[in-house]
Amino acid sequence: MEFGTSGSLNEDGIHVDMDRLKKGEVNLGTSIMAITFKDGVILGADSRTTTGAYIANRVTDKLTRVHDTIWCCRSGSAADTQAVADIVQYQLGLFAMTNGKPPTTQTAASIFQEICYANKDRLSAGLIIAGWDERHGGQVYSIPLGGSLHKQSYAIGGSGSTYIYGFCDANWREGMEEGDAVNFVKEALKEAIKWDGSSGGVIRMVVLTAKGADRHLYLPDTDYAVRHN
Amino acid sequence: MPGFDFSNYNRNAALCARGMSLPKATSTGTTIVGCIFDGGVVIAADTRATSGPIVADKNCEKLHYISPNIWCAGAGTAADTEFTTALISSQLELHSLSTGRKPRVVTCMTLLKQHLFRYQGHIGAYLVVAGVDPTGTHLFTVHAHGSTDKLPYVTMGSGSLAAMSVFETLWKPSMTRDEAVELCSQAIQSGIFNDLGSGSNVDVAIITADKTTLKRNYVKPNERVPKLRSYVFRRGTTAVLNEKIIRKEDLGNYVSVHELSTAAAEEGGDDKMEVDT
Repeated sequence: MEFGTSGSLNEDGIHVDMDRLKKGEVNLGTSIMAITFKDGVILGADSRTTTGAYIANRVTDKLTRVHDTIWCCRSGSAADTQAVADIVQYQLGLFAMTNGKPPTTQTAASIFQEICYANKDRLSAGLIIAGWDERHGGQVYSIPLGGSLHKQSYAIGGSGSTYIYGFCDANWREGMEEGDAVNFVKEALKEAIKWDGSSGGVIRMVVLTAKGADRHLYLPDTDYAVRHN
Repeated sequence: MPGFDFSNYNRNAALCARGMSLPKATSTGTTIVGCIFDGGVVIAADTRATSGPIVADKNCEKLHYISPNIWCAGAGTAADTEFTTALISSQLELHSLSTGRKPRVVTCMTLLKQHLFRYQGHIGAYLVVAGVDPTGTHLFTVHAHGSTDKLPYVTMGSGSLAAMSVFETLWKPSMTRDEAVELCSQAIQSGIFNDLGSGSNVDVAIITADKTTLKRNYVKPNERVPKLRSYVFRRGTTAVLNEKIIRKEDLGNYVSVHELSTAAAEEGGDDKMEVDT
């Protein structure tokens, strides 16, 4: 047990500390995004996780599977987002078994929101949920810090996203072809990595269509030009 | 008033704000590493335990047993690493007995992360989990707040930066067992020599599908050499100012001795513990 030096001590001896991230917590100072395109959705993320100034993992996978064609991008506390994603993965697995059919993206996003809102004062988790299902095709949902749920045609998140609001707004086109969509995500993340110190490493992507999940990996040594698997 | 009494918490916070620090726990200001090779995984640790600036133990064990094929290296609060690994080891044994299957590394990692997440980082256990199970060779790190990573080579503790620099320059894919042991040993030695929180010896554990080999004190780069000179003072180094001899029979002149009666002594020794024979 440790009493931090931050916050203030009231006259009645009650210690008030509003710091969001606990000391020494592993942080995903991140650039994440998900977009819809003609055949489905694409999720993208950098690969940096930090503890203070130290990079704890330079090849992190922030794109997490919660069902076959429903994935999420994680930002904020690594521990919190992993715990939430693990719970949702379990719930969706149970859902698929009891109903005999895969869950929709909306269902997944709703379960995510339930957890994020009920524990809003305990969690620091910024999530983007994206998925493909038979009924609605590709969909993207964003759940920011307070636990609200927003359906969007594309969503960006994490500390690096602040640098690419302009880029995304200027270059976004509805119903892109897969090649153009992959390029849009890649160029946006390249820009976020370039300007945000807390983002970096490789670019990971997942393409979700009727054909299932397809993983992309782009390395910085070739300026993210060549796809490795 | 019903409910839990938080007044001690408020008192401690108030004392803390006025500059009285809490008692320090023994921490393993540590270097721990792990590395996967072709056919298994190696984990290694230094052997220094510290309590603030004091070396509390010069040769402690930071490699913890989970199951025959899963081992854990621990950094952070010594007591927390000790008890969390023991707790999860127990749970995994029971789980293995009830399912009739060999324990898996992912199961161990999941139990650890869920336990640590529940305690929101108050359990200061930073662990490297390694093992071989029917699904393959695995290596994980688990942080105190409950986040996990899966990598081919990992470092943790205060010496993690020194150790990681060794891995980042010397690591290559698909190493042999001996190459992996040597690399982990070098990484730990980098922590021992360059990090104040780490020191003494190198412990190594090699886990393969067939067996686990624990090499306690694999390298001892800090052996204490015998003193080159004797520092015993010669008799007469301190001058004798005066001397007086008191004989045993004259002791009564200086102190008084009262003999206790045997009956009283017996009464005191009446409540002896009964021992079954």
